[in-house]
Amino acid sequence: MLTILFDGIAYGMLLFVLASGLAVTLGLMNFINLAHGSFAMAGGYVTVILVNRLGVPFFASLPIAFLASAVIGFVFERALYVHVYKKPHLDQVLFSIGLVFMSVAAADYVMGSGQIFVQIPKFLQGQFEIYGIGIGRYRLLIIVICGLLTVALQFILANTRFGSRLRAAVDDSRVARGLGINVNWVFALTFAFGSGLAGLGGALGAEILGLDPTFPLKFMIYFLIVVTVGGTSSITGPFLASLLLGIGDVAGKYYVPTLGSFVIYTIMIVVLIWRPQGLFSRAASR
Amino acid sequence: MAVALETINLVKRFSGIVASNNVSLQIAKGARHALIGPNGAGKTTLINLLTGVQRPTGGRILLDGEDITSLSTHERVRLGIVRTFQINQLFNDLTPLETIGLAVSERRGQGLDWWRIVGSRPDLVAEVVEILERFHLADVIDKRTAVLPYGKQRLLEIALAIACRPRVLLLDEPAAGVPEDERHEILAAVAALPADVTVLLIEHDMDIVFSFADRISVLVNGALFVEGSPEEVARDPRVKAVYLGEEVADA
Amino acid sequence: MLPPPIAIRVATEWLAARARWQPLEVGFWIVAFAAIWLFPDRHLILTEIAWLGLFALSLDLILGYAGIISLGHAAFFGLGAYTAALLAKYEIINEPVLALLVAGLAAMALGFVTSFLVLRGSDLTRLMVTLGVALLLRELANRLGWLTGGADGLQGVSIKPVLGMFRFDMFGHTGYAYSLIVLFILFLIARRLVNSPFGLSLLSVKGNPLRASAIGISVDGRLIAIYTVAAGFAGIAGALLAQTTSFASLEVFSFDRSADLLLVLIIGGAGYLYGGLIGAIIFKFMQDYLSALTPQYWPFWIGLVLVVIVMVGRDRITSWTAPFRRIASHLNWRALARHVAASSSERR
Repeated sequence: MLTILFDGIAYGMLLFVLASGLAVTLGLMNFINLAHGSFAMAGGYVTVILVNRLGVPFFASLPIAFLASAVIGFVFERALYVHVYKKPHLDQVLFSIGLVFMSVAAADYVMGSGQIFVQIPKFLQGQFEIYGIGIGRYRLLIIVICGLLTVALQFILANTRFGSRLRAAVDDSRVARGLGINVNWVFALTFAFGSGLAGLGGALGAEILGLDPTFPLKFMIYFLIVVTVGGTSSITGPFLASLLLGIGDVAGKYYVPTLGSFVIYTIMIVVLIWRPQGLFSRAASR
Repeated sequence: MAVALETINLVKRFSGIVASNNVSLQIAKGARHALIGPNGAGKTTLINLLTGVQRPTGGRILLDGEDITSLSTHERVRLGIVRTFQINQLFNDLTPLETIGLAVSERRGQGLDWWRIVGSRPDLVAEVVEILERFHLADVIDKRTAVLPYGKQRLLEIALAIACRPRVLLLDEPAAGVPEDERHEILAAVAALPADVTVLLIEHDMDIVFSFADRISVLVNGALFVEGSPEEVARDPRVKAVYLGEEVADA
Repeated sequence: MLPPPIAIRVATEWLAARARWQPLEVGFWIVAFAAIWLFPDRHLILTEIAWLGLFALSLDLILGYAGIISLGHAAFFGLGAYTAALLAKYEIINEPVLALLVAGLAAMALGFVTSFLVLRGSDLTRLMVTLGVALLLRELANRLGWLTGGADGLQGVSIKPVLGMFRFDMFGHTGYAYSLIVLFILFLIARRLVNSPFGLSLLSVKGNPLRASAIGISVDGRLIAIYTVAAGFAGIAGALLAQTTSFASLEVFSFDRSADLLLVLIIGGAGYLYGGLIGAIIFKFMQDYLSALTPQYWPFWIGLVLVVIVMVGRDRITSWTAPFRRIASHLNWRALARHVAASSSERR
């Protein structure tokens, strides 16, 4: 039982790292970016190439995956996204679905359509037991890394100059502009950082989630659930939503496998109808 | 005195802020009633409560003695409470002809007709054209609303409310933002409203208020402050103090 | 006081101009029906165009006329497809037209129930909810393997002749004529509907819901109504697919299908009914051509088209379809001139 809880937490924290960038994009520019998973996939494939083909150590590949996805995110943001921010939601949806489809086909072309796993170091494989709880070494690593990232993220947002500018821009971009904050620049950096986090999540998750070209499509709904259920007004909301989703999904698949993803989708619909602003959102934030 | 619209101890709170504080207002049938008050006095909130856009925290709203507090906006419109908006709320992609046609066919209960082509009822079209002519919109009936001059849009705003055949009409600053030389057209339209329509006018411009109203209510901080005939209100030192106070605060 | 009759007649003329058949429209349908005899070897792809066009028409009703963004319109399409296929497989209703109606009604029922979910909330919540409903149905069809065949799809469906007379053939001759007639009838209904007072009120709800309710329109009521009708159209489109291919699989519910549908409608342009039909023609021939080159990478081209359309601007992309739209002001002026002439001759 506790093993499931443990796995669920690992899964949830992974989801959080994957989706946190999306929460910021959505909250900051009110932009619906369905292509967020594509940046995660990019990070995953970068790690696969580095580790499996070039023999780069796994731990060294993680920051590279982060940087690669961040750079890709930055380039796309400056070249394409920036032109779509002001367009209606329909355009944003069409545009980002287009990117998803292109990335899926491109990954298929470059990497092949099969599922790929990263060769993780020997000492991270297998599991050990503490008080009868089976602890996967790799999952423990994920919890540690993602936990550190979450704390760091919270620290950056709450205590740094960039964080305060970002929060100002989230709360009211016009006022922020008036205060002399370069909102465009803040957003480009945030977008790049969020893409980087997604890429790191993709790299870490390649082992558990599996990596294949349809990754952005398969997990799109999960990312969206995290941000819509969690709300975009803080990172605590998406964090809690990720944990709930992770635990719920793992437990659901273990205990009631016949129901499949039923439970998750139903809960999502109920929550969205019940609290359209998100379960953990400040009331009437927008 | 027959009362058309009445509120009883109406209260509206927004997370701590009291926007309407125990408002008990009576508007007589056929009255030309003006509601004035400094900025932030809660005039717009009161309109929203009367029309059902917002729900009161407490209190009741009666139309001809019937409780309508729980009715939705469109149900109240069918009973005859119609409003105009301070900032134009029009259908930018439709023409004035279509806009007024919408309201008229809705009032006649034909808004759900899906098997009939628009414009296939001559009596309905006649009524629409009559309204458009009355509000000096006959020359622009086929233009998209978005491209109309502001003054025309303002007229359409009022014409659209009239097309609903209101029993009680809530006019929210009808002349707001209209340039001086187009104002008289709007004011003439307001003055020419059918006598049997009860009008509640929300207005900042005191010239308009005193030339139009036969009764005035002053709202301050969400509560009813003073009510009386124009002469009484004009003479009331407390009202002067409120408005002077506002001017001092503004300066 | 009544306005002069001339003014009333001019106004009537202007209003009626919205619904008048344009020569281009007539030509469009003549070509579509002529294709039954002119292009017998293309009937298979034409059949696909017909049901895809109907499906896109259905999306246009809610997106173009009521402003609801849906990423899960495949839910209704899929339900219609499975209903038609199941009715035929278990020989509950053997006559295709009747089965088509039942499939449409089933989808309408689902549309009615789920319409309450899209009344509130932002574009994003609507998007998620519609997507969620489609995913739920897909999962349902997957789990009910004993009934639906699960992931293998519903096989062994044989469709009886239409009206007991016209047998479906492997070249799609019957299929195309059948699909086209269904499409045309439903198109006429949709055309009536959008040009009616009801259709006009939809545009008002889309344009300014606050004011729409302030003139007595029940915004929720109108959205529920059009969502239900559109769901029925989508269900019938799905049923056409199932009947003309004798097959239904989980793929009918897929996200890709909903996303492709958006593309179809956007290529043609939303909000004037022909957008979905024109889009379906372009989409299918594009698919036919591009997937012949690289079947596996076909999604790349869809994606590229979507991105390009948004970057260039939807209006600019679809500006060439203007003759199909109702903005034909010269026509109004001609009508006006005609009436002025008529009324002055009457007076004499």
